[in-house]
Amino acid sequence: MFMQAESLRKEDVEAKEGVRLIRYVDALREAFEQEMARDARVFLFGLDVDDHKGIQGSTLGLLEKFGKERVFGTPLSEDAMTGVAIGAAIAGFRPIHVHIRMDFMLLCMNQLVNMAAKSHYMYNGQVKVPLVVRTMIGRSWGQGGQHSQALHSLFMHIPGLKVVAPSNANDAKGCMIAAIRDNNPVIFIEHRLLYAVDGYVPYQSYEVPFGKARVMQEGDDVTILAVSHMVMEALRAKKHLETVGIQAEIIDPISLWPLDIDTIVQSVQKTGKLLIVDNAWLTCGASSEILSQVYEECRRRGEAIPHIERMGFAFTTCPTTRPLEDAFYPNSRTIASKAYEMVKGANHQWQPSFDAKTEIDAFKGPF
Amino acid sequence: MYTEELVAHLYKRMSLIRRFELRLAEIYHTDAVKSPVHLSVGQEAIAVAACDPLEKDDIVSNTYRCHATYIAKGGDLNAMMAELYGKRTGCAGGKAGSMHLIDMENGILGASAVVGTTIPVATGYAMAMKMEAGTTKKQRVTVAFFGDGGTEEGCFYESLNFASLHQLPIIYLCENNRLAIHTPLEKRWAKDNLCERVKSFGIETHKITDGDVFTIRDTVARAVKQIRQSGKGPVFLECDTYRWLEHVGPRDDHSDHYRDLETYQQWQDNDQIKRLGEMLDEVTRKRLDNEITDEILKAEKFAEESPYPAAEELYAHVYAS
Repeated sequence: MFMQAESLRKEDVEAKEGVRLIRYVDALREAFEQEMARDARVFLFGLDVDDHKGIQGSTLGLLEKFGKERVFGTPLSEDAMTGVAIGAAIAGFRPIHVHIRMDFMLLCMNQLVNMAAKSHYMYNGQVKVPLVVRTMIGRSWGQGGQHSQALHSLFMHIPGLKVVAPSNANDAKGCMIAAIRDNNPVIFIEHRLLYAVDGYVPYQSYEVPFGKARVMQEGDDVTILAVSHMVMEALRAKKHLETVGIQAEIIDPISLWPLDIDTIVQSVQKTGKLLIVDNAWLTCGASSEILSQVYEECRRRGEAIPHIERMGFAFTTCPTTRPLEDAFYPNSRTIASKAYEMVKGANHQWQPSFDAKTEIDAFKGPF
Repeated sequence: MYTEELVAHLYKRMSLIRRFELRLAEIYHTDAVKSPVHLSVGQEAIAVAACDPLEKDDIVSNTYRCHATYIAKGGDLNAMMAELYGKRTGCAGGKAGSMHLIDMENGILGASAVVGTTIPVATGYAMAMKMEAGTTKKQRVTVAFFGDGGTEEGCFYESLNFASLHQLPIIYLCENNRLAIHTPLEKRWAKDNLCERVKSFGIETHKITDGDVFTIRDTVARAVKQIRQSGKGPVFLECDTYRWLEHVGPRDDHSDHYRDLETYQQWQDNDQIKRLGEMLDEVTRKRLDNEITDEILKAEKFAEESPYPAAEELYAHVYAS
């Protein structure tokens, strides 16, 4: 549906035994199924993971296949459950802890920051914490201030954590498998609006390695680096820009930490312009970090400093009413306008006249 | 009813902890120990009694006041002293210090400087023990140590609920010294009824008020046996005790007048090290005392002679491979 994952064409996907179109959510479920079958130490838990809805379908069928010892719901208790996951991970298991909202992870910060992130270092390698924390974010869709936050930069700040936010089905599956096999705590950010988007996904098991950005589409005029669902908006913005003869290069970092700054800098060396579109606030955010690193790396290499701009959430709490919500988020048209201005100069204003139907228009909830 | 061997063993462990810590207090002014120390002097009996019935592969989790439990569970003394000195040979390579002693080889899960934080981690470790028991055919046991302050954290109640729900093989042990830094329990608890509260989660509780090392040991031993045989816990113990020294640092701070000298006197009269020492014949006691002296001197020498970590080690172990 929607854009049919045109960004990742069949031939782009490394497939030895074939691919097929499946939804992001099904790709996630397949990752759990394959990894749990491969490794008996993997278990999945969190509120509602074993109910009839199965976290928007992402955990459906796992209970029947792997049993209640390995797929189980929990009391809310986000703080203690995070500690439980850490304890089990230290004991040699590989837990996947699920939160249906990223906002709830604020209740887990002590365990994640003080224990999960630090144990391997502080104990000089005596223990490892192979933990995946799945967390769903979403464009608000009327959910307001405490059901729509994307807090990835909080976690990027902490040594010892890894942070990934795949934007398509192929990367969702590959990143999840990589996260489960990783010996570190990984914060795995899934955007709710991506769940229904189809993409070509290999049947076989594979890893999408962290710290390697993906050039989604090539272009010479401006680099647009977008995070999570903003990749979809950026790909639509590229279409708009093509109608006025501008070729944008779209990059998805996939993993926010570790961050592949090389791929970004290479692209920027070609285009001279970088528009960073975060799926979050800008202040002290992922965009600030990317901007700083691009600047530092260009200086280090003796390259010209590119023209850099940033877009992201309005610096407000997210409102619920649609008109304000629409103004809160960047979209393909505002992204295209900004990129146009960067290419043509500040005196040149342009806005695409219409937009294709997007995920949020088609979304009927509930979340 | 207690064998001389047991008395000697408990005496030696308790006295080793006390004298190790008093030695730390003695040398603290030299700044050789570049780390805050939260000493357990006066509280040794609980750690020793609770660890005695455990096997090497059973697990204890600790608070930042973790010297006693580390030594009681059989943690490497040289590595401990070296850690306090910030040396490369320390139990955490000099990266953790006094508040985070760890020795996984001997079942010491580490400790947190943030009160209550290790309680759910220990609970998770116990869950793993339950999960693995089907395959290993051996039920290991976790003992989570924490203070009265730890029971004021939300994660304590969250953990009790979860452990009781899943009947996890864990013993929760509250060392109640009635102080959170300097704030007495009376200013912190609406009701002094911890065991009642815990019991309401469907958990077996025991309250031991007199600090008797044998009573604590026997209670823990029964709990361990029960959990090992049935695979089911948890069990909760509240053990009253008294912190002889200041919250952090080497000093006796009774001159600060925030606590009652009479209570201190009662706990000194009830000192389990003195009591068990008197139960031993003089020759045995002297032999044990000499062994303790040797072990402490050896640890000190080991720490002094060990190198500091090289600067490159700063970036080792940020991420696991």
